[in-house]
Amino acid sequence: MIFTSAASAPPPVIPNYGGPQGGAHGCIAQNGTFCWDWVKGHWGDILQPRLLEHLEMTAIAVGIGFAIAFLAALLAHRKHWFEGPFGAFSAFLYTIPSLALFQLLVPFTGLTMLTIEIGLVGYTLLILFRNILAGLHGVPEDVLEAARGMGLTRRQVLFRVELPLAFPAISAGVRIAVVTTISLATVAAYITPLGLGQPIFNGLQTDFTTEFVATGALAVALALAADTALVALQWAFTPWVRARRAT
Amino acid sequence: MGIHTVGARSEGDVILGYDSFRPSTFVDAFRFMYDNPSLMWTKIVEHLAISGEAMGIALLIAIPLGIWLGHLHRGSFLAINLANIGRALPSLAVIAIGLGVFGIGTTNVVFALVILAFPLMLTNAYVGVDGVDPDAIEAARGMGMRPHQIVLKIELPLALPLIFAGIKTAAVYVVATATLGGVVGGGGLGDIIVNQASYFLKGVIAASIRLGSRFNICGSMSTKTGTALS
Repeated sequence: MIFTSAASAPPPVIPNYGGPQGGAHGCIAQNGTFCWDWVKGHWGDILQPRLLEHLEMTAIAVGIGFAIAFLAALLAHRKHWFEGPFGAFSAFLYTIPSLALFQLLVPFTGLTMLTIEIGLVGYTLLILFRNILAGLHGVPEDVLEAARGMGLTRRQVLFRVELPLAFPAISAGVRIAVVTTISLATVAAYITPLGLGQPIFNGLQTDFTTEFVATGALAVALALAADTALVALQWAFTPWVRARRAT
Repeated sequence: MGIHTVGARSEGDVILGYDSFRPSTFVDAFRFMYDNPSLMWTKIVEHLAISGEAMGIALLIAIPLGIWLGHLHRGSFLAINLANIGRALPSLAVIAIGLGVFGIGTTNVVFALVILAFPLMLTNAYVGVDGVDPDAIEAARGMGMRPHQIVLKIELPLALPLIFAGIKTAAVYVVATATLGGVVGGGGLGDIIVNQASYFLKGVIAASIRLGSRFNICGSMSTKTGTALS
């Protein structure tokens, strides 16, 4: 819809969103589906800080989740009785709906970053634990036999043989955990206004379309970029996999 | 934050109306279910309707396409990479974009769920049919079967376990993610979960328990159908 005269133009939907670029008759005042002007005008004060928060939340959650899952997987690899209980525990955490989990944690940890991180770490555990353990279990017995025959200690076998061979499975787990966490971190903004979910929920409350469409597109772009970056990293760090495929 | 606080949530608004949490809240959750049977029932039916619609649309497109590509042994790059992209997309972001395109209602939720379910089903259908033993197909061809007979009588039955594994995974993801519909007024159990101010924590827990039981039902239903057919 294009309003030609000032008389027929409706009052701006949300005047504050207009800014110098939009004006009363621009896309923003008409509440168009996607206004590039808004993205340009609010990259600095809304989109970029939320994007950085989102990355920070994801990095912390995957980092802590990886540390816990890694230790748990090493323990389960050595002591098989540990695999069942920890697997069941992480699977239970994974089935709790994210919107509900964040709300249930609030009475204990408040409306803080901690609430979000506990939830996000909980969701990464199952993915990382299963992948790390699958990677460690996938090392052929012959290779371990040869390593032991060469006189390697248990620690050397772990760091020089098992972990490098398990790397493709582990990095595949990290990749899934990262994209899942990016996705769940948008939902987390329902509780605490952090990350890219915040402008989405904010936009949903105000009916100002561009805010949630633009942020949604940014979140999708972030997830795809992270996925691509991790594939590239995995490719760069596993030259032997490529060599095997080439022959 | 200046400009940014226009229309934003304020203290004491819907979201911040948290009640305290006691062990008895879990007991209250079950009481809530039995005190509000019609509410629970309506929301469950809505939830399954949205999930079912999305699953139906995704099934109709993904399974035939996956079988066709698998039969031709073509498009593996598409079928496998699409699944990774589908898993990477944040559903809330897709719902937000869909809301801008389709407006308020269930359409954008169904759209987001189809996008979620489609790659999971496509990949499994493709991998299942693509991986059928070439000897079996050779034998069928030797018996004089036509291509469509090979697809229907050899490849499809042999690929069914994988196809149903894909459908099961997709069903669990879809039922779980349909909760986000509550955020945009899409209905379903998410309506209760996002509205703690009206239903309190006991309602949130009650809806979550009901949702959890939907997972089990959807999962076992597709497993049983799968085993019955194959």
